[in-house]
Amino acid sequence: MAALATMTNKLRTGAALIAGAAAAEASRRLGRGGGTALPGLVAATIAPDITAQLVRRAGAGTVVVTGTNGKTTTAHLLAECARAAGSEVIANRSGSNLERGIVSAFLADRGNGARGRLGVLEVDEAALPPLLPALAPRAIVFLNLFRDQLDRYGEVDSVAEGWERMLIADASGATLVLNADDPSIAPLGDAARGEVVTFGIEDDGIARDGPDHASDARFCRCGAPFRYDAIFVAHAGRWRCDACGRSRPRPLVAAHEIEQFEDGSRFVLDLAGERIEVELPLQGLYPIYNALGAAAAAHALGLVAPVVAGALAGAGPAFGRQERFQLRGRELRLWLAKNPAGMNAVLRALTAAGTAAGEAPQPRLQILAALNDGIQDGRDVSWIYDADFELLAGHAASVCVTGDRADDLALRLRLAGVRVDLVQPHRASALDEALHRLPPGERLEVITTYTAMLQLREIIAAGSGVAPYWERERQR
Amino acid sequence: MSAAADRPAIRVVWLYPELMNVYADRGNVIALEARCAALGVGCEVTRVGIGDPLPEEADLVLIGGGQDREQRRAAPDLARHAGTLRAWVAEDAAMLAVCGGFQLFGRWYRTAEGEELPGVGVFDVTTVAPPRDEERCIGDVLARSTLEGIGEVVGFENHGGRSYLGPGVEPFAHVEFGYGNNGADGAEGARVREAIGTYLHGSLLPRNPALTDHLIRAALRHRYGEEPELPEAPDPFAARAHRTAAAVARRRSRRSEA
Ligand SMILES: [Zn+2]
Repeated sequence: MAALATMTNKLRTGAALIAGAAAAEASRRLGRGGGTALPGLVAATIAPDITAQLVRRAGAGTVVVTGTNGKTTTAHLLAECARAAGSEVIANRSGSNLERGIVSAFLADRGNGARGRLGVLEVDEAALPPLLPALAPRAIVFLNLFRDQLDRYGEVDSVAEGWERMLIADASGATLVLNADDPSIAPLGDAARGEVVTFGIEDDGIARDGPDHASDARFCRCGAPFRYDAIFVAHAGRWRCDACGRSRPRPLVAAHEIEQFEDGSRFVLDLAGERIEVELPLQGLYPIYNALGAAAAAHALGLVAPVVAGALAGAGPAFGRQERFQLRGRELRLWLAKNPAGMNAVLRALTAAGTAAGEAPQPRLQILAALNDGIQDGRDVSWIYDADFELLAGHAASVCVTGDRADDLALRLRLAGVRVDLVQPHRASALDEALHRLPPGERLEVITTYTAMLQLREIIAAGSGVAPYWERERQR
Repeated sequence: MSAAADRPAIRVVWLYPELMNVYADRGNVIALEARCAALGVGCEVTRVGIGDPLPEEADLVLIGGGQDREQRRAAPDLARHAGTLRAWVAEDAAMLAVCGGFQLFGRWYRTAEGEELPGVGVFDVTTVAPPRDEERCIGDVLARSTLEGIGEVVGFENHGGRSYLGPGVEPFAHVEFGYGNNGADGAEGARVREAIGTYLHGSLLPRNPALTDHLIRAALRHRYGEEPELPEAPDPFAARAHRTAAAVARRRSRRSEA
């Protein structure tokens, strides 16, 4: 009986792999970006334990990256670090971070049988707990926890509780790589069975006055409100609780002496005592947390500072995250923003550059903003009222609005004191119009939710001669 | 009005802006302030947090939604103000209590764990959270208000608790698409005198300018005993967002059978 069951199981796995590969091929031939998820969906439907089997193909083990914002960029930076150290990497690079996307990434991997490859997987924060046993990672990077698509994920507290139960149940001893500055993340260290590597920012020169309006970490688990000595991004900073004495742990991996520029930043990376200067070609403060998460995970894997610093400096943007394109002689940059904290990070990055402290802003930004309400975006568009669009007032020279919920976004911008020049729900028409209005030599900043990003990116890629993402993935 | 030369102004109390804000409830305050500015009405917002006293007087009280943990924090603090809030309702101050705030403005709220949180009793409403594995009421809503001159209201609801109206209140609206208070009787929210409770969260006022104006007028009546002349100030952006939201609710929410 047992032998028969094993055989049936093997047959089923084989069938799943064949069907998955066929789906991948069909999807590519149809020219669908969905090639990043469909094969996995097909395979996982036929053989539910396919994930655990496929993950074993990563001979060097896997690292999982989770959190609300920055997963794709962090996983991308970590993969670059691993490559710089000579590893081959299997990754779900385009942000397809549910089980089907992970299975698809392994199915697409052509290095059959080669040993020593590292799996670098970004995993949806709500999908992680049931998937963890199958993934059996060496390390888990927890980036942050913010409110995001409450109609889909439920409330922030339930995500945090799910993670904690997952870690208590997991006996594998995976290293936990934790953002010390996020008070929802750092306490996960209490549930660790293995090593803990913390990361954070150590530079009061960039600190802000208080947490953002839509802060999701106001209260300690003891019930008292958190106090902050410094806030860097959203609710991330040097926090403490005066009631129970819990406080932000000193980060083992840290960014010091941060300088921000129009197109990137420079900081001194302290990698567990080794100090090295890093130039990060990504704009804004939030990508520094992504770089720190990647560096901390790289440290956990045994990588040394010069390799990490070199990889971070040489890494291009991840899919749809500050990606640049040339279209009809104009430059465009894509900014993914799908929840209040992510939107605030983008708005701060765009408005901070080129404005010295205390100086009146110059209306210099050319913006196309897109809001969709698909299942992957969240059906509920109310979240735009938690994002601080008021930051844009005075900075925008021209604003075009598009997407299925363009009308909601236009109203929000207007209530924030931002003039709206065009409301055009149709993506391609809005892009045409925005490019047409763009003064020569200026760059169009395209700020967009997830499904609108996929749609706009496809139009832009087709027009600019850039190979679609799934084609580039094959060529790597 | 006492001083016709002075700009009329309303005194707004926003309860627990940092605690009860989970579903973009700030959007209602943003819309209220912008609408007051467009109508030439002053709008003084006092934020009241845990442990803070209520101001002496208020023309309009706002409270938003929270997660269970936050409701548990707010409930005992809010109980201190129960007498004042009920007295304000009796003298026709305007109120808007949304989602978790609506539940806490009722008589009581029983959590999924069976814990009973006392409400302030503004509304004759009781709320029961079903077991954790029961589906939440999530989705776009289109409802017809029982208030004169408001008509269709649009919004988004996301709540576990099921609320039931007692004899002392009317529903705020009747659901055409969506769940409403409990997914069964077609009632959405509650109202008594000038107080409104609803499950439509966050961007309720931005997308429903008629309701925003209704609250501003009620607040002005409370303060001055009469409504000052207000200019016509149609907002095409709000009207478009309203129409889009209504179309979305019609397309993808279930039609109410009640
Ligand atoms: Zn504490």
